[in-house]
Amino acid sequence: MWDFVLSALRAAIPAGTPLLYGTLGEVTAERSGVLNLGVEGMMIVGAVTAFGVAHSTGSIWLGVAAAALMGGSLALVHAFASITLRVNQVISGLALTMLGLGLSGLVGRRYIGTPIRTRLVPLTIPGLRDLPVVGSLFFRYDPLVYLAIILVPVLWFIMYRTRWGITLRSVGESPATADAAGINVFLVRYLAVFFGGMMAGVGGAYLSVVYAPAWIEGMTAGAGWIVIALTIFAMWDPVRALLGAYLFGGVRVLQYRLQPLGISPNLLNMLPFAFTILVLLISSGGVVRKRIGAPAALMQPYTREER
Amino acid sequence: MNVPLHVRIQKRLAVPRWIELSTAIFSLLLALAVIAVLFRALGVNPIVAYRKIFRGAFGSLYGLSETTVKAIPLILAGAGLCVAFQARVYNIGAEGQLLIGAICATGLALAFPDLPAWLLLPGMFFVGFVGGALWASVPALLKARFHVDEVLSSLMMVYIASELVNYLVYGPWKGLSEMGFPYTDKFSPSAQLPRLFRTRIHYPTLILGLVLAALAYVLIHRTKWGFEIRVTGENPEAARYAGMNYLKTVLLVMLLSGGLAGLAGVGEVAGIHYRLRYPQGVSPGYGFTAVIVAWLAHLNPLAVIVTALLIGGLLVGGDAIQVALGLPVATIHLFNGVILLFVLGGELFTRYRIRLEWRRE
Repeated sequence: MWDFVLSALRAAIPAGTPLLYGTLGEVTAERSGVLNLGVEGMMIVGAVTAFGVAHSTGSIWLGVAAAALMGGSLALVHAFASITLRVNQVISGLALTMLGLGLSGLVGRRYIGTPIRTRLVPLTIPGLRDLPVVGSLFFRYDPLVYLAIILVPVLWFIMYRTRWGITLRSVGESPATADAAGINVFLVRYLAVFFGGMMAGVGGAYLSVVYAPAWIEGMTAGAGWIVIALTIFAMWDPVRALLGAYLFGGVRVLQYRLQPLGISPNLLNMLPFAFTILVLLISSGGVVRKRIGAPAALMQPYTREER
Repeated sequence: MNVPLHVRIQKRLAVPRWIELSTAIFSLLLALAVIAVLFRALGVNPIVAYRKIFRGAFGSLYGLSETTVKAIPLILAGAGLCVAFQARVYNIGAEGQLLIGAICATGLALAFPDLPAWLLLPGMFFVGFVGGALWASVPALLKARFHVDEVLSSLMMVYIASELVNYLVYGPWKGLSEMGFPYTDKFSPSAQLPRLFRTRIHYPTLILGLVLAALAYVLIHRTKWGFEIRVTGENPEAARYAGMNYLKTVLLVMLLSGGLAGLAGVGEVAGIHYRLRYPQGVSPGYGFTAVIVAWLAHLNPLAVIVTALLIGGLLVGGDAIQVALGLPVATIHLFNGVILLFVLGGELFTRYRIRLEWRRE
């Protein structure tokens, strides 16, 4: 029993890592007041980009960097539509997801069934990794897992302890006030959405070059949507994003671990989605929503002449 | 730095019909041009691809009939989404509601194979509508009672519905005569919708779709409910002050859009497949495509009939290039996404007047 728990916990962290990248990005974008439902699309494009680049250059890291760039570029499409053209953010994000799914399928058709040879070497700290229990639980993952963990306090610090963070949050809370204070609302929102796209791209890259590692059409399988829910679950806070992402990683892992016990895989596949609805229910109660810190100007396009 | 050329953006007070129409067409053409560039970049000859798409969809009687076949679920689901979106209730889960409609109809067809067709088929449409509406009632209640964002909850319900279909066709409902395929047994003849001549057009569903699209138009523009729906969409605060019941409106539009999507699912199993199959086999994403259909129609259920035929043609053409050029199924999403983006962008030109003016120094 103890072994089961330990190995499930150990597996939950890599399984939650793509979700963590995506959620950190979406938290940032939404803090600036822009909801981007295109995460699923940006993730899958990130996945295929990373796989393609890693496949042809032999470098995982180049693949990850390219995925970040592609994810960010795709996010700029949403930024242009929702910030500059001020169109409906829900529909624009949905369009971005469709675009990403289609593009990845078209680009990825040549990679189906091809392996990549390089692997990320797990980052192990001699001494620490051999500790009982703790060693295998905390000190034997690949570098991208640790990068995500490091990003959490960094992002938290930037968000709550620096001028950049105040700027970002004020744009999401009250763009008109921020504008009056001399902040370039449009620029801040563009940057936040771009960063969100980069993170989603890296999350997708993790799936295709580290976690799987393979290119499978539609391999994100709804992870991008779970990211959107996690953002609310995390109450737009990077630290809670970490907890939420690993929790959901755990749910994903349980799906596979419970299957041998004779539970239908299809019913288990429903788990993360049912769980997401539950999370939404818990975390977005009307009065609570205000208190938990939803950016006040979320989904509201900003325009100077209609103040 | 003084730029003499100056862009002025003014809000339009009224939107002329011709501007709406020409923007829609122009957006569509621009989207197709961009997709052509993407195709080119990915090593697919766009001229060949587009010719295949057009010929496949509209170039023959068979193509036209298949286009109509694909338009049927899009009309039903799209008309329902128009009603919901008018109230700014973003039901993104039509795909799930469609699948539940298909499940309910299948359940009835498998349970009572010996009922006469005049009783069984209307019964299947009835349970399909109820099933889709109930599935949509979950996000509706969550939104109206607990302020849960309906976009996410309705979407999560899609994945759950899809796994439910999988569970049924791989598990308890797996057909004995289907040689291991994830299908249910074939429906009895009395559970099969009649088709037009030798085509696959199951005309009862088509007629139902056309009638319901017209009714949806009447509902939105000619009734008190429709007025409440539109006011709730334009300004929920004003609706509340005027004493309109928000909960009722949200529930109404969700149930309607869910029910119509459910009917679309019934049409697919009773008119096309005569059995329940794995989710992608029942619907290649009609519920999501219906969002584009509705948006392209500017949320006008009557215009949905036209846009559904257009997008239906694109789906048929998509199948054609899939076979002929060996492109993946997901290619069609590329069309969906790019078209939707350009239609959205085009709205700027309908909502605002954009003028280039030379400034005199």
